[in-house]
Amino acid sequence: MLDFIKDNRKPVITLGLVTVIAYVFYFLDEIKTTSVLVFGWGYAVPLVLAAMVGIIGERTGVVNIGIEGQMLMSAFASFFGSVITGNIYIGMLIGIAAGLIMGGFLAVAAVKWEMDQIIAGVVINIVAAGLTSFFYAPGKTLPQLVPVVSIPILSDIPLIGPVFFRNGIFALATLFIVLAVNFAIFKTRWGLRSRSVGEYPSAADAAGINVTRVRMMNVTLAGALAGCAGAFLALEAAGTFARGLTAGRGFLALAIMIFGAWNPLGALAAALFFGISTAIASQLQADEVINIPQQFVNLLPFVMTLIVLSVAVGRVRPPAAAGQPYTKEG
Amino acid sequence: MTDYLIEAKNLSKKFPGVLANDNVSLTLEKGEILALLGENGAGKSTLVKMIYGLYGSDGGELFIKGQKVEFHSPAEAIAKGIGMVHQHFQLVPVMTVAENIVLGAEKTKGIKFDLVAAEKEVTELSIKYGLEVDAKARIEDLPVGMQQRVEILKMLYRKADILIMDEPTAVLTPQETDELLKVMQGFAEKGVGVIFITHKLREVLAIADRVVVLRNGKVVGTTRPKDTDQEGLATMMVGRSVVLDVKKDLANPKNNVLQVKNLNVRDDRRLPAVKDLTLEVRAGEIVGIAGVEGNGQRELVQAITGLRKIDSGTVVINNEDVTKLSPHKIHELGVAHVPEDREKDGLVAAYSIADNSVLNRFDEKEFSKAGVRQIGAIRALATKLVEKFDVRTPSIDTSAGSLSGGNKQKLVIARELIWGPKLLIAAQPTRGVDVGSIEFIHNQIVAARDAGSAVLLVSAELDEVLGLADRVAVMYAGRIVAILNQKDAERNKVGRLMAGGDVN
Ligand SMILES: Nc1ncnc2c1ncn2[C@@H]1O[C@H](COP(=O)(O)OP(=O)(O)OP(=O)(O)O)[C@@H](O)[C@H]1O
Ligand SMILES: [Mg+2]
Repeated sequence: MLDFIKDNRKPVITLGLVTVIAYVFYFLDEIKTTSVLVFGWGYAVPLVLAAMVGIIGERTGVVNIGIEGQMLMSAFASFFGSVITGNIYIGMLIGIAAGLIMGGFLAVAAVKWEMDQIIAGVVINIVAAGLTSFFYAPGKTLPQLVPVVSIPILSDIPLIGPVFFRNGIFALATLFIVLAVNFAIFKTRWGLRSRSVGEYPSAADAAGINVTRVRMMNVTLAGALAGCAGAFLALEAAGTFARGLTAGRGFLALAIMIFGAWNPLGALAAALFFGISTAIASQLQADEVINIPQQFVNLLPFVMTLIVLSVAVGRVRPPAAAGQPYTKEG
Repeated sequence: MTDYLIEAKNLSKKFPGVLANDNVSLTLEKGEILALLGENGAGKSTLVKMIYGLYGSDGGELFIKGQKVEFHSPAEAIAKGIGMVHQHFQLVPVMTVAENIVLGAEKTKGIKFDLVAAEKEVTELSIKYGLEVDAKARIEDLPVGMQQRVEILKMLYRKADILIMDEPTAVLTPQETDELLKVMQGFAEKGVGVIFITHKLREVLAIADRVVVLRNGKVVGTTRPKDTDQEGLATMMVGRSVVLDVKKDLANPKNNVLQVKNLNVRDDRRLPAVKDLTLEVRAGEIVGIAGVEGNGQRELVQAITGLRKIDSGTVVINNEDVTKLSPHKIHELGVAHVPEDREKDGLVAAYSIADNSVLNRFDEKEFSKAGVRQIGAIRALATKLVEKFDVRTPSIDTSAGSLSGGNKQKLVIARELIWGPKLLIAAQPTRGVDVGSIEFIHNQIVAARDAGSAVLLVSAELDEVLGLADRVAVMYAGRIVAILNQKDAERNKVGRLMAGGDVN
């Protein structure tokens, strides 16, 4: 535990601080604080999941700007999968499978064929936007709602309980996914090898690690998390599918990844920051404390992305080989 | 069955336009140190990369410990007990020593990578072989000599009994080199076979049991140190006799070209690296900076050439204050720069030799008219550079990245010397260059001086500084601690000053 705090000082302090402030407000206004946080975490969940996709990719040396498209395809697949099979659980699996396939597509294009990684990502986004618009059928509804699960004991904690531990499956799983990805990247053999591949592939190669295989595997598996993010958006958050459902969240997630310094817990903290500030803004709007047209509120993620990137870039160091295809000589 | 650790029979390797290895046969016995010598581009690195599984071969057979093998990746070579220290270190800069050493052969505890055990094992290993390192230190914080130890420990951790070392001493200080040679001898006594590539004949004579000389991809001879000397080896390599000492007349210095006054510069970690340094270089003289690497030489050169921010103090070149000018503006004042890291700062690996040969002057009238590149002039220049400086390459359209280490260096030197700069700043100009080419480069630097250039030479090779420089400035801990005329610059005295001692 102590080691954990020592290793992750910044995110732990940020999260601790947020918690303390949240409780102060909780004592002032229980209902509003809870609803702001519920909204904020709901907003953060897909961002966190998508940021994990980005982190796993870039830590291994592959830039993934196709997260947006991967999520969109998964959202589409999970929604219509549920509608067609009449079972949201099968729909969830279909969404995750779609994410895997999209991950695999990026892996083949960017790693195996050594296509420019940015172009491969753009292709994914365009294809996803095109396919999901073309095959979109309006007027469908989900066969059932995603049930809310409460984790015993934890969900009884005031404030934190209802916000984090009384949720749909994906929102619940997200917390554990972040911890698992963090552990995997920094504490396992897989993580050590992946990071070496993302930092200095020729050194990894010389040490007998198969760079191409590691990259293929990680990029593909990360796609499953984009699948979770997409399924969450369609099934849990929106309860429906609409064209362009992801609304730039895949790009915002990349900003969060950078803000969190390619660190899963850092990304969690950054996503919560985005989520809660958006939630506060809309609460103030609802209370008529401030009055900004809705269009500007919708712009918020993009404006924040710009601000965060201009602040963070140059201060944090990306994995050295991110974006560079690895070609063996000779 | 033979006792050979390695037996290569007629190995060949083709690259586009070159036969890098042409029917090379070679053996390595247990406990033997085999030196591999040859000019730049002779095929030494190519040969060992085939043995290590980095390159496939285009013919021939390879036997490891009597077993015929065909490697497709280093992993397979490692499994056969082969370890290699590369010409360019293969270490992950942001990871720790222990992580780098166990990478690819990690032990786990449950699902966790066992870092604690790795650190313990690495520390034990380093003590056992007398290669002390801090297992928890990050690679990027370590001096090159330490990084080299990590490379060696990496091989030992994998229980390698065949060690391949490609120019391991090129970047080491003399003390570090001596230590490394001792370590290698220690390995040989334990029965390990070592293949050792170097351009420094002294090292070959000191520790090799046998020497194999390559030229143009072919084995041209095998000898033993006791049967030869430096001149003999040089002649075998180059095919002619080589003058190992620099021949030059007394300098005839004229006006001041470079004036550095009270310069203060910080390093990448924002710590003071150059402290209140004052130095002058005049036209027609060579000022050599002697010093153990890491005493601020790199930062000094970067500050003069405009590549690093200056904290305080001034740099004046030809009466113009360049303290705040960009590298390009400084270049336009007639400053040529041979950077110490040719891979990173000297060349664009993906560009052709032709394009690289105008990197510093691409926008001059001769090479660009109204924004259109003058391909004819560029190619003519590249051809001239390649011919005059003997850059071994199949053509000027080859990418600079595929040149051998020493030939990259020659290309950079050629590019910087050809246009008659007013001030030449040369950092480690002959690192990784073969003896024949060293002779040539030294003569060219002297010729530039005689033509009126001011030359600032920075070199970790004390002999190079003492042989070339008209005045020797000894740098220690960011300061110039002494400036000596060539005739007063005795090896021992300079060595003491470099280590922070005083003249007496
Ligand atoms: N990856 C590559 N692609 C194309 N040509 C190559 C490649 N590697 C080496 N060569 C060519 O093969 C020849 C032998 O190169 P090699 O690197 O083996 O020389 P070397 O003996 O190690 O020289 P040095 O002392 O300069 O390091 C050179 O002509 C070089 O240009
Ligand atoms: Mg070489």
